[in-house]
Amino acid sequence: MEETLKIIVLVKHVPDAQFDRHLGGGDNTTDRSESILSELDEYALEAALQLIEARGGEAAGNKVIALSMGPAGAVNAVKKSLQIGATEGVHLSDDALAGSDAAATSLALAAAIRHLGADAPADLILTGMASTDGETSLVPAQLAERLGLPQVTFAASLELDGGKLTARRDGDSHADTVEATLPALVSVTDQINDPRYPNFKGIMAAKKKTITALTLPDIGVEPGQVGHAGSWTAVETAEARPPRTAGTIITDEGDAGLRLVEFLAAQKLL
Amino acid sequence: MAKVLVFIDTPGPALKKSSLELLTIARSLGEAAVAFNGELHDDVAAELAAYGAGELYIPAAADLNDYLVGPKAAFLAAAVGTSGATVVLAENSAEGKEVAARLGIKLGAGVITDVVAVDPDGTAHKSVLAGSYTTTARATTPVAVLSVKANSVAPEPAATATAPRPVTVELPADATAGAARVTARTEKAASGRPDLSEARIVVAGGRGVDGNFGPLEDLADALGAAIGASRAATDAGWIGHDAQIGQTGKTVSPQLYISAGISGAIQQKAGMQTAKVIVAVNKDAESPVFEIADFGIVGDLFQVLPQATEEIKKRKG
Ligand SMILES: Cc1cc2nc3c(=O)[nH]c(=O)nc-3n(C[C@H](O)[C@H](O)[C@H](O)COP(=O)(O)OP(=O)(O)OC[C@H]3O[C@@H](n4cnc5c(N)ncnc54)[C@H](O)[C@@H]3O)c2cc1C
Ligand SMILES: Nc1ncnc2c1ncn2[C@@H]1O[C@H](COP(=O)(O)O)[C@@H](O)[C@H]1O
Repeated sequence: MEETLKIIVLVKHVPDAQFDRHLGGGDNTTDRSESILSELDEYALEAALQLIEARGGEAAGNKVIALSMGPAGAVNAVKKSLQIGATEGVHLSDDALAGSDAAATSLALAAAIRHLGADAPADLILTGMASTDGETSLVPAQLAERLGLPQVTFAASLELDGGKLTARRDGDSHADTVEATLPALVSVTDQINDPRYPNFKGIMAAKKKTITALTLPDIGVEPGQVGHAGSWTAVETAEARPPRTAGTIITDEGDAGLRLVEFLAAQKLL
Repeated sequence: MAKVLVFIDTPGPALKKSSLELLTIARSLGEAAVAFNGELHDDVAAELAAYGAGELYIPAAADLNDYLVGPKAAFLAAAVGTSGATVVLAENSAEGKEVAARLGIKLGAGVITDVVAVDPDGTAHKSVLAGSYTTTARATTPVAVLSVKANSVAPEPAATATAPRPVTVELPADATAGAARVTARTEKAASGRPDLSEARIVVAGGRGVDGNFGPLEDLADALGAAIGASRAATDAGWIGHDAQIGQTGKTVSPQLYISAGISGAIQQKAGMQTAKVIVAVNKDAESPVFEIADFGIVGDLFQVLPQATEEIKKRKG
């Protein structure tokens, strides 16, 4: 087992959290105009690159495929992944995908992963711990279920030895060591590594790398299985919360601790 | 009346407050039943009765905790089949959400996470994009799977207690096939303070505590609060990762959040800006945390916190 590794990394294009984010349009979906590669997916990409580099890299026949599903702009998440070091990119895009919930997203991604594995199935599917916009963490578990793969989620460390994978998962009341055999689906946390930045060489090299565009017919999915029609949840109303505003700010003149307690007492918080 | 199945996973000797909340919500939606994994202690059985559980679905296999997520979802799917439940309620922890996720695929059921309230007609309320929007959502499928955040309702025992009827649920033969195995487990020591996700008051420290959480612990003890931290503090190893609040840590919505020595980066705010009242103590008047603080103190936390702790102790006598 594991002569060479074929890894698919799932990368999402998300609104940049440094700016105000909005639920736009009439359908309460997220406005993606100011978007970037979800920073939590950079940890998955880094984990994939470290795994293949430890096995002789691309020269030895290993590869890392960055896959993103999303509208036209999502190709930027794929491009960024290629600059960071992915071998090739895949952009799944189709008008019918708009408004997909986690169930519909996982259906489309599972079909794309099967399509990409038609000649040789991937050994590992790597994802981020959560998308920084949806924040649901549903997609990795749903993909594992749909693909019938062992689920190793929230990995804070990851080691591969032959066909066996070992990960550490840090829970609230306990920390676990988890084992699974390849092929497997792994989501990684931001504890696992320090993602690299694209350098000039990487940016130049990325220009020569392939990005495959896929649409629903390519992966054998009907329009009605995804998007609003194929989703099992519907957002009915969305209301912007008034942004928090600053309250009273004081500078300590030796009595700030006492004034803090007065504030708490006035708020009935003691 | 709708059958509502509450998933309770390995509670230990007593139910968590969040489980009591789920049972309370379940009764507001229909007939409450429980899918229970783990050892059933007498006190827990008594609480389930007091909170009105009609049936208690128990897996025929006792080794679900030896695997990650998949087999638990298989158990729950079987329990939904046996009970005819149309709503499943799970805890909003990382694992609770993942079990919900896989259950959704098994049942063809819509999954809604981070729910803070459920209307009698099944409409779920939640806040999204780090608390900047509140939304309502519904599952459009025959069965709905909801993971509900702690502190969503006040737990209330049933008007009349029940005598929950145990029902053994068989698991499909392939339930554990291909699941990741847990090969070692280290239990973490309990702090004796309230659980961070459930606490009414949180005292959180960042890089500014400079390795010394002592003044925060003293204040937390005087207030009966839980201790939280920024990623800078957990990365430095001053406190465990399970104390981290923010985008890649916990999301908390306490009545009171006291932030000390934390600058208030966007990833930190993502985990705490739905707190009812925010107090910030920071040396730097330009810190972004002051933009969201209801009461901000520009000052040294090592001066301000001990003084506040002393005053609280004095007032509480
Ligand atoms: C992918 C990703 C995920 C992340 N997830 C999280 C997350 O979940 N949670 C999180 O918190 N961060 C997260 N971060 C990190 C975040 O961006 C910030 O770096 C971090 O929150 C900074 O922590 P801090 O405020 O404690 O430290 P700093 O930004 O260094 O701030 C320390 C503050 O302490 C003040 N100070 C110093 N001494 C004193 C004193 N004696 N008294 C009072 N004030 C004092 C200083 O004025 C300063 O404002 C994440 C980052 C990334 C890239
Ligand atoms: N549209 C998408 N395209 C590619 N990957 C995705 C997409 N949505 C989710 N993912 C992956 O699933 C992870 C968890 O996302 P979520 O379940 O939305 O929190 C992300 O970190 C990505 O790796």
